[in-house]
Amino acid sequence: MWDYSEKVKDHFFHPRNVGEIENPDAVGEAGSLACGDALKLMLKLDKSGRIVDVKFKTFGCGSAIASASALTEMVKGKTLDEVAKITDNDIADYLDGLPEQKMHCSVMGREALEAAIANYRGFKIEKPVDEGTIVCKCFGVTDNKIAHEVREHKLTTIEQVTNYCKAGGGCRSCHPQIQAIIDEVWQKEKEKAIVESARKPVKKLTNIQKMKLIQETIERDIRPALQSDGGDIELIDIDGDRVMVSFRGSCVECPSSKVTLKSTVEAKLQEFVADTIIVEEVAL
Amino acid sequence: MKVVYTDNNATTKVAPEVVEAMLPYFTEHYGNPSSMHSFGGQVAKKIDIARQQVADILGADPSEIVFTSCGTESDNAAIWGILRANPHKRHVVTSRVEHPAVYNLCKYLAQSGYYVTELGVDSQGMLNLNELADAIKEDTAIVSIMYANNETGVIFPIEEIGAIVKQKGSILHTDAVQAVGKIPLDLSKSTIDLLTLSGHKLHAPKGVGALFVRKGITFSPFIIGGHQEKNRRGGTENVPSIIGLGKACELAKKFMSEETTRVKQLRDKLEDEILKKAPDPRVNGHRIQRLPNTTNMSFEFVEGEAILLLLNEKGICASSGSACTSGSLEPSHVLRAMGVPFTAVHGSVRLSLSRYNTMEEVDYIIEHLPPIIRRLREISPYGRETKIKEQTARVSARI
Repeated sequence: MWDYSEKVKDHFFHPRNVGEIENPDAVGEAGSLACGDALKLMLKLDKSGRIVDVKFKTFGCGSAIASASALTEMVKGKTLDEVAKITDNDIADYLDGLPEQKMHCSVMGREALEAAIANYRGFKIEKPVDEGTIVCKCFGVTDNKIAHEVREHKLTTIEQVTNYCKAGGGCRSCHPQIQAIIDEVWQKEKEKAIVESARKPVKKLTNIQKMKLIQETIERDIRPALQSDGGDIELIDIDGDRVMVSFRGSCVECPSSKVTLKSTVEAKLQEFVADTIIVEEVAL
Repeated sequence: MKVVYTDNNATTKVAPEVVEAMLPYFTEHYGNPSSMHSFGGQVAKKIDIARQQVADILGADPSEIVFTSCGTESDNAAIWGILRANPHKRHVVTSRVEHPAVYNLCKYLAQSGYYVTELGVDSQGMLNLNELADAIKEDTAIVSIMYANNETGVIFPIEEIGAIVKQKGSILHTDAVQAVGKIPLDLSKSTIDLLTLSGHKLHAPKGVGALFVRKGITFSPFIIGGHQEKNRRGGTENVPSIIGLGKACELAKKFMSEETTRVKQLRDKLEDEILKKAPDPRVNGHRIQRLPNTTNMSFEFVEGEAILLLLNEKGICASSGSACTSGSLEPSHVLRAMGVPFTAVHGSVRLSLSRYNTMEEVDYIIEHLPPIIRRLREISPYGRETKIKEQTARVSARI
């Protein structure tokens, strides 16, 4: 018997937003009958791009139904940009946790959501993680997908990989390959860490050097990411370690721009310039 | 809450008479049956009686009964016992629908220098006996094929199988854990060489089993230690449980006709009514060649764990072959071997009855199971119109 949280049980026994929407603005599907679980998510958006209605249908176990139900509550009233940030762990956290072996249920929720967003935006879903060579033949999981889950959830064992993406849960013949992928990912991460620690300047920067580095980092690592979401950022002033910026475009309206300020802008500057950098938003 | 226990192929209630028979052997009669004093000796005499009771339900001789700790140990002891006694033979024949105790042991053997032939089954869960005859070679040390399947209840024609094995000069072991106590057996006129039984499937406690080893079969002990069980199984006897197993066998023999009549009627009513009332049901396994207490049904387009959770809310205990209930992600290897389609394999439910079940309980399940299936069908994105194009299990985000 699985040890489900009260919240999982509540969402399983009383699932929210079950059904279908007539003329939905976006439909996303993940999973399949063969896998033993599948999810169909339907969204209705208002003129400002907010999700006003959401419905789901799930074929799956208790935690698959609960994950889908939780996801519908999480996305209602939000914009697609906002919900695009929802991760597997967010879904699991919303349910006060899922058993390790059931984490793939929350992954299915995120995948259906990604598919729905891509469907709305009218482009084929960008899923580099699904390309590659099939490693797990039983569940059709590719090497890229496995590597993605390993990095995303910091997985270190085959058992964990199975819990998150099912790979290796069938005939087990791919276990040596999965182990090799885990080893490779962590070997690469280790090498990357060495490179990155070398990148940050060790010696103290002059004010001119620091300003130049801040400008470069914003241009190279921050603006392209924001621009891809229709937003932008402008550097206003630098006072010692205080960096003052102003958002532009869709970032101005975006309620999560404060999070972006800390999690992206400040994090990048701390990574590439100095640990002591503090970023502040200033009005024009 | 009311509990309706219909998961008797998983384990059974210990009969009150069995508990009563066991209790003195925890308290006043705690002697070691191997001791020289009469305090221990009287316990040895009770074990002899238990051995006779187990032999009686099988139609065997008491000297042919070895007590073990469980069905899995008996299976391991049988297969290893024969392989070790015949070290020049490296081939094992088994089926694709065995219990994990045999199935996984044979997988292990295949990785350890033995050759294993796994016989497939048809959509009814039945073996092709011609294939069996072809599979047995001079090098075949043992053929291990179950008596009755734990998931579907399908009964194999074990005597016909034994006749083929004999003719080909090999040895037959059968895991009869699900058969003993549910259908009559007579090993005095049988082609079976070794047979496994388990206590907790026939109203004895968990942690005790037995292995029948026919007289004249050369067998090496699996657990090496003291001279217990005539050097066939080391370790001080689990006295209370062995006495419990003896009592349970005596009761099972007494109630045998009830298993094949009243329990069968309950099962048949349960199955027939649910087939009528639930959407898109099917029965997995041969409906005639089957244990009287078991039904394995699939409900298409819904998932087994979800069914079990909702049944559990009603106090109904059942089990499923779905992937999500297995702890691994693979659905039942038995249903897959039978070629049950994916639409149905994940939605399988096994209900297994015992002589303690009543008609009232069966009516209660008939009342509650079909609405549960309908409720899950409303949530499911699949239905009758679903075309199963997905041959692979590839997770695909379709646009």
